[in-house]
Amino acid sequence: MDAGLFAQYVMNGLMLGMMYALVAVGFTLFFGVLDVIKFSHGDVLTVGAFTALATFIGLRGAGIDSGPTILLAMLVLAIACMAVLGMLIARLMVLPLRSAPALNVLLITLMLGTVLRESVRLFYPQGANPKPFPALLPQASIDLGRFNLRLDNTIMLAAGALVIVGLQLLLNRTKLGLAIRAVAQDEETARTMGVNFTGIVLITFAIGSALAAFAGVMNGLYYNEINFGIGLYLGVIGFCAAIIGGLGSVYGAILGGFLFAGLQTIGTVLLPFASAYKDVFAFSVVIAIMAWRPTGLIQEKISERV
Amino acid sequence: MGSKRSERTRASLLPGLVALVLATVYVTALLAAEKQSTIIGLLASGIAAVLAGAWLHLLDPVSRSFSDRENALGALSVVAALVIAAYFHEDHFVLLLVVTVLLYTVATLGLNIQFGYAGVLNFAGASFFGIGAYTSAVLNTYTTVPHLMVLLIGGLIAALIGSLLLLPVLRTRGHYAAVVTIAFALLLKTFLEVNDVLGGPQGMRVAGMKILGWSFNDNIKLGSVSLSFYMSYFGLSLLLLVGAFILVRRLERSWIGLNLDALRLDETAASCFGLNIARWKITAFLLGNFLIGIAGALFGMVGGFVAPNNYTFADSLILVSILLLGGIGNPWGLVVATFIVVVVPEKLQTIQEYRFLLYAALVIAVLLFRPEGLLPRPVRRYFPGWRP
Repeated sequence: MDAGLFAQYVMNGLMLGMMYALVAVGFTLFFGVLDVIKFSHGDVLTVGAFTALATFIGLRGAGIDSGPTILLAMLVLAIACMAVLGMLIARLMVLPLRSAPALNVLLITLMLGTVLRESVRLFYPQGANPKPFPALLPQASIDLGRFNLRLDNTIMLAAGALVIVGLQLLLNRTKLGLAIRAVAQDEETARTMGVNFTGIVLITFAIGSALAAFAGVMNGLYYNEINFGIGLYLGVIGFCAAIIGGLGSVYGAILGGFLFAGLQTIGTVLLPFASAYKDVFAFSVVIAIMAWRPTGLIQEKISERV
Repeated sequence: MGSKRSERTRASLLPGLVALVLATVYVTALLAAEKQSTIIGLLASGIAAVLAGAWLHLLDPVSRSFSDRENALGALSVVAALVIAAYFHEDHFVLLLVVTVLLYTVATLGLNIQFGYAGVLNFAGASFFGIGAYTSAVLNTYTTVPHLMVLLIGGLIAALIGSLLLLPVLRTRGHYAAVVTIAFALLLKTFLEVNDVLGGPQGMRVAGMKILGWSFNDNIKLGSVSLSFYMSYFGLSLLLLVGAFILVRRLERSWIGLNLDALRLDETAASCFGLNIARWKITAFLLGNFLIGIAGALFGMVGGFVAPNNYTFADSLILVSILLLGGIGNPWGLVVATFIVVVVPEKLQTIQEYRFLLYAALVIAVLLFRPEGLLPRPVRRYFPGWRP
């Protein structure tokens, strides 16, 4: 294959992988602290993207034209709102069901996702139609052979990488991160060591949901369009990515996200006659991976006491 | 709690009978109601009546009578279904709703074997339902296989395709097992969408059921009474439901059911006592998918049309929520929950736009305030007349 075309595929795969990884990290964080799957995660992403879009329309209406300012305001507002929403979900839906079977938590968050998705569809003005998302990043691009390197994609990729590195530093180098890891490892011991369990859970949900908001804005900027259904798709893929990486492991989630994007890209390249089958291919491989490694690629360290 | 002696005697048939008659009248009234205000009033009074009944402890004798006299009340429920169908014998729409409820109940009975007894997760219920429907579409279009046979083949194909997932399903647990079936649900829907042979996103037509020259898609004339063509489908669906119900009930009470319960409650302990975990998980998974596939095959013929969008992950979730709403493991609860989930949104046309929203909110409320479902599964009874 032509090197330029190859580079193009790699770039697209990296962009997708970054979005999937950001979503998957949220799943794995929630699972770490509470051992639950919060399936409304994808729809939190949708709400985040729509919050950003509403901010854009509001600021344009107020006569502000500077692109960077608007983008910054969009990001800040979307992230802050979703962090609060994530905390509310944890407080009102997930924590009260702690002693219930895991299936109930899965289902209640799935239904909450439906509520969020339907609310966007019904209550956002013409929310049922796809919405154009403004291209706020610089549109310059360089042609290298058949490879079209776009500045906005590069910026997004760099920003995503920065966010992941930042999260990594937060988890590994700060006291808050230590507390999150302590709760994830052993809730009771963490409590006896004076960690505020509920507080840490809420903060973790805030962080995860903020990442989803970031991914939502990124998704909007990348495709220049959002609709109320993006969250379901990205949520399921993020969940698959977190699972194939191995729940509870941040590295696993990142690996899983990029792996899934890689599979989709490979599916497109290998099946040029039927690139529509790329998702069929990617999901088949996911099932095969689950058969091969039942607890994910980076295995969760569990010992079962009987 | 009564005295020891009264615990030994079988509960009377009367409370169950009264409840059944009331339910039949209520359901008929609800299905017949056309005006939105009447429907909303009926729904509100229904909820109020159930709450009042629970508050006055009127529901306990009913549930006791249902558990002690299940055979008699089961037969009477069939009569009740026939009465409802006879009342609406000309109304296509209502009969279609009733048929939908019956077939969805069959499908959720299949899911019940998986979730409720064996504890095997299956988030691709609608996909296996769709496999059954597509099987009947393909077979009815391209072959001359007898149509009753098609139903059986639909179930077998669903079980066969399900068996492709056996290895990952057996090896994984918990959330990891969930992702296998979720991935399968998305895979199948995408596959159906991009596959030209199976009609792509537009789907396929399904020829109606025909048994020995008797076409199910023709209206029936009995003397001077004309019946909707859905009556034939209703009869067959009812037969299917009764068969599935008896099968699931027998299964639950047999040693197989006991093994499945042990497996769900503690896999490690069960295998310590010599149960073959893999064997029972396979049995439950395949049998469940078989039932779902049969229901799907008949539903394809009833609807006359199959398309990928009818068998999405969201539809699978609806099936799972029916299971949870009814109370996992209790077949009676499934009938009630399926009725609520299928009929209420169809009847409440004014809130058509908001129905998914309200429905999701309803499930959230049930999970928060009554997590064991509307009709929880009673504790298994090992000896007749014995009560824990």
